[in-house]
Amino acid sequence: MLTGLAFYLFAAVVLVSAIAVITARNPVHSVLFLILTFFNAAGLFILLGAEFIAMILVIVYVGAVAVLFLFVVMMLDISFSDLRKGAMQYVPMGLIIGGILLAELIAVFSAWKFAPNAADNIAVPFVQSAEGITNTEAIGRVLYTDYVFAFQVSGLILLVAMIGAIVLTHRTRPGVRKQKVADQQARKKSDVLEIKKVTSGTGV
Amino acid sequence: MNNEAMTSFDFSSLGAILPELFLAVAGLVLLVAGVLRGDKSTNFIGGAVIWCLGIAAFILIGLEWDRVSILNGMFVMDPFAGFMKVLVIGGLIASVALSMQYLHQDYIARFEYPILVLFSGIGMMLMISAHDMLALYVGLELQSLALYVLASIRRDHIKSAESGMKYFVLGAISSGILLFGISLLYGYAGTTNFAILGDTLSHNMSLGVIIGLVFVLAGVAFKISAVPFHMWTPDVYEGAPASVTALFAIVPKVAAMALLIRLLFEPFAALQSEWFQIIWFIALASMVLGAFAGLAQNNIKRLMAYSSIGNMGYALIGVAASGAMGITAVIVYLAIYMAMTAGVFGVILCMRRDGNAVENIDDLAGLSKNAPKLAYILAILMFSMAGIPPLAGFFGKFLIFQSAVESGLYTLAILGIISSVVAAYYYLRIIKVMFFDEPADKFDAEISLSRKLVIGLSVIGVIFFIVNPSPLIDQSRIAASSLFSGLDDVATPDTAENNTQ
Repeated sequence: MLTGLAFYLFAAVVLVSAIAVITARNPVHSVLFLILTFFNAAGLFILLGAEFIAMILVIVYVGAVAVLFLFVVMMLDISFSDLRKGAMQYVPMGLIIGGILLAELIAVFSAWKFAPNAADNIAVPFVQSAEGITNTEAIGRVLYTDYVFAFQVSGLILLVAMIGAIVLTHRTRPGVRKQKVADQQARKKSDVLEIKKVTSGTGV
Repeated sequence: MNNEAMTSFDFSSLGAILPELFLAVAGLVLLVAGVLRGDKSTNFIGGAVIWCLGIAAFILIGLEWDRVSILNGMFVMDPFAGFMKVLVIGGLIASVALSMQYLHQDYIARFEYPILVLFSGIGMMLMISAHDMLALYVGLELQSLALYVLASIRRDHIKSAESGMKYFVLGAISSGILLFGISLLYGYAGTTNFAILGDTLSHNMSLGVIIGLVFVLAGVAFKISAVPFHMWTPDVYEGAPASVTALFAIVPKVAAMALLIRLLFEPFAALQSEWFQIIWFIALASMVLGAFAGLAQNNIKRLMAYSSIGNMGYALIGVAASGAMGITAVIVYLAIYMAMTAGVFGVILCMRRDGNAVENIDDLAGLSKNAPKLAYILAILMFSMAGIPPLAGFFGKFLIFQSAVESGLYTLAILGIISSVVAAYYYLRIIKVMFFDEPADKFDAEISLSRKLVIGLSVIGVIFFIVNPSPLIDQSRIAASSLFSGLDDVATPDTAENNTQ
């Protein structure tokens, strides 16, 4: 009963705020609605018993991605109304493609069946109830063992993404006065101080 | 289950992945070296990348190529993977060697360039060896992400930035479609492992599987730029710096084709009646579009884009013909195509006037008078691309059409021959422009040794392939037949372990 109530609450808020994301006129509001959507989607995952994904959703998407969006939206001077101009002409095409995809999905899921041996094929059987470990722990057990290959290659992908971001955006600007700590440390008294004997009455 | 698996982890089983491991470590070391020494180390890094690729090739050739799947069944090594990887490494070495001089001329000499090529190469090798949807996807993304960056590496040039952006957005969509297809397959079968997936799909079927198959094929067809997923190719080829276009044309498609072949003949082997129609159609459409759309092009990079679309169409005929013979033809075709393209792009990279790159076909006018050697080389390569005997390009096409006829695919064979005749027009037009048109201004003369070497090897390979074609064809046959004999012993030790869980 309570679970059902929670489900409908989360689901309704997800839907409403998701619509608000794309309809809000103010981009900052859009991002805030996006954060609300993520939070409620995380709630849905908790109801499913997938607390790990729920936490990841909050930490990664709300904590990092959405906040980054917020920064971009607030700090860059982008005219969103200019961006939206002309977007309407793509709506019919988008509706057609979306409609086709939707029809396919309906066809798939109305006739959906699992392979008879699907349950045996699952590489990592669901262990929560049997051994009383959480699914975070279950993921941790396989992530660095059975799936170490995918894990390491994902690391390489992130490295390439980082190299790419630096290559495409970092530029060395000449004429910028930077603090060079090493130079400051290496400065000796003799480099900058000159002691002159001043004989009295003559001046420097 | 994992306790036993963890204790029984055996480092010697990593042997099969040694070339990739070596390249990954080398890439990281070179990255640090580059960061410490800055862009003035570009030549050093480029040379080091070539050497590392060479060493990786030696390691690869020294490995046992018997079929073995390691790392929880995610990575497979067999003669097919081994041979395709040798091809990919060869293409990578050629493209880095071609581009080093160009980087300096076009002010994109950044040390990240060869390193990104290296990482995309690792991605390609992982794609070729992928034996699990997860491994397939991470390999594909590693490859694509590096290529997106390379496409827009000349960031202050509007066309380069545009091409990178287009490639990235469309590539992201195609990855999304691919993932959606994979999730449908996973939802049905409960596994992403190719062997178990193939086993499950051979027993029973459902509508969801078909749609999943179509989505996966659409995602991979984007990577080989087969019609109707080819829209990005001409724009990206034209906008990217010419050295990057050379890389795009020479290597990634070979890896993606190898991936497609493995997908079709391992997990989807039982669905052949379903995927056959798809492959049949995209082969036909790619050939025809590649031939006819190429006629109207005046930019040589766009022309090469349409040429590559058409060539992927021919290669797909071999896939549709299937069987060891069809796949042998595909591998030989791809190897010859790589060699020819490397030479052609070597010449395209030499098209510079007063320090600026020119890329229209008219700019080649009268090349036979200005630079006769270059003109004759390009003429030979174009004759080969057009498929005129006794050059290598002819044999590639011949094997493909032969396999099509033997599998009874007469429509594909006939339309393939017609479209290759049509395409011959634009290859021969380049020769006509070079030899019979009023000379335009001369090109800049200096050509680096490494580029001369690549062009020379390419031309020698194209001319003298006829003298001794058997090593390539025999190796390809061994590689192709391993793909089919491998299906009999589906239960490799690793997958057997999975089944018992």
